[in-house]
Amino acid sequence: MMRVVFPVLAVLGAIVVLWYLAVAPMNIRVALDTAERAGAEIVPEGSAVRRDVSVWRLMAQNSEHVALGYALERPRLPTPQQVGQELWKTTGKMVQRGRAWSKRSLIYHGWITLQSTFWGFLLGTSMGILGAVLITHSRVMEMSLMPWAIISQTIPIVALAPMIIVLSSQVGIEGRGVPKAIISAYLCYFPVLVGMVKGLRSPATAQLDLLKTYNASGAQVFRFLRLPASVPYLFTTLKVGIAAALVGTIVGELPTGAISGLGARILIGDQFGTPLAIWSALFAAAILAGMLVTLLDVLQRLVQRRMGGRV
Amino acid sequence: MSWLVTALLFWVAATLVNAWLAGSSFSETRVVRIAVPLIFGATLLMLWEGLVRHFGVSPVILPPPSLVAQTFVNSTETLWVDFQQTVLKGALSGYVIGMVAAFLTAVAIDRSGFLTRGLLPIGNFVAALPIVGIAPILVSWFGFDWHSKAAVVVVMVFFPILVNCVQGLKEADTMQRDLMRTYAASYVQTLIKLRLPAAMPFVFNGLKIATTLALIGAIVAEYFGSPTRGMGFRISTGVGSLSIDLVWAEIVVAAIVGSAFYGMVSLLERWVTFWHPSQRGAR
Repeated sequence: MMRVVFPVLAVLGAIVVLWYLAVAPMNIRVALDTAERAGAEIVPEGSAVRRDVSVWRLMAQNSEHVALGYALERPRLPTPQQVGQELWKTTGKMVQRGRAWSKRSLIYHGWITLQSTFWGFLLGTSMGILGAVLITHSRVMEMSLMPWAIISQTIPIVALAPMIIVLSSQVGIEGRGVPKAIISAYLCYFPVLVGMVKGLRSPATAQLDLLKTYNASGAQVFRFLRLPASVPYLFTTLKVGIAAALVGTIVGELPTGAISGLGARILIGDQFGTPLAIWSALFAAAILAGMLVTLLDVLQRLVQRRMGGRV
Repeated sequence: MSWLVTALLFWVAATLVNAWLAGSSFSETRVVRIAVPLIFGATLLMLWEGLVRHFGVSPVILPPPSLVAQTFVNSTETLWVDFQQTVLKGALSGYVIGMVAAFLTAVAIDRSGFLTRGLLPIGNFVAALPIVGIAPILVSWFGFDWHSKAAVVVVMVFFPILVNCVQGLKEADTMQRDLMRTYAASYVQTLIKLRLPAAMPFVFNGLKIATTLALIGAIVAEYFGSPTRGMGFRISTGVGSLSIDLVWAEIVVAAIVGSAFYGMVSLLERWVTFWHPSQRGAR
């Protein structure tokens, strides 16, 4: 355990240090503009002139204003601390004040995203599992479905996302939950399909032959051999699938003018020029992804222990 | 005969043909392997066409495939300009930069077991994140033109390729490394003659995953601001101005490009890793 934890922490620490170092050159121009407006003397005067001067020279010539870059309200690159504060302000602090479900709380937006992710995941995994069952049992299905399943993943879904939303609103589906779930299902079903085909085919010929000597029917082979044998594969693919479903939901929220959800927070942060909102939404999405994958991991251990497997 | 009946008849007939083909003694030949999915695809298009025509769906909502094909042929010039902007400039340059960067990083950190152990879990985690959300930030950093799109693509493809490269470099087993040692091979020689070739199946795995990501990144980044050309730009404005047939034509381009890109990387893979068990049956 320590063999992994320590290096991971070290690398994370290095990333944070690099991040802090990068903030100074990234923000120096904005910082100097702010300082100039406040009446300070900046060496090349006027932001138009400064545009042609490299950030390193600006930093050397105005070293007393570098620190300002770490406390800007609308930084190009916020510091990790600023992102952390923003995250706390929109989650923990909201809860303390009893406003966890306010429209400005990331918990509310995360919940909206989580719902679509969940429905998309459910739809995607059912489609994936159903497809895998069809493919393992029918040669025609395998020959006609499999190539299209692969091609479907080479089509960038984002191109389809606006169309799915137009279509579903014309059909009379209110809100954005359903189209978002469809997009997330589209991204989610493929890993599940591939993994489950592998899993359902994992029993060895000897095992299949044994069931044949028992005169087991196709359904019995499926129930007593193929399905249990595919469980380890199932959970591995479910972990990939839930991450893909979350990506799908956020992609579905990005280009479509959604107003709630983590993707919408990113979109709104972009439109209103509040980088902190974008960064905190991104980190909230990362935390959500981590929680979902961990949840499935725990579930996997529980199920496999019940089935008598070693984890 | 109405469109619906035609489409349904076609569906039934095609399914029967496919079932016969798959069950026949030719089912392993290459022609049949290609024909069966093609017939299946044609069925879907036929059903789409039939349903749209039968129910009189307005082309503003869902155009029939025939109209999309027509638009595609009529607006090849626009599509070509968009293709250049999004695919050649945005996606491809970002893909190449990200690939080279990830590859070099993998070789660099591979010398240190400490870094590898630290970076692998982080890389795996980041590869599963919705990195595409970083698009608005990068667009505001690098401007509206293709540079910002390439930057988004670099960030999106970097981690999947890195993780696969690092895993691939660990692939050569101790026995093989010992053999190289007995030959007094240097680090570079071992790397080039043994470990890089051994890593190639993994590297290509990452490269294949990255092809789709590259297109997604380039298109999404255009939703956040772009010059007045590009596939993402055309799609987002097309939805607004109700020229849905053009949007579908762009989707067709995206599908063709995505499949072709993936196909080319797969061909390259077959050519480079011809020795790997997963490729042997394919020839």
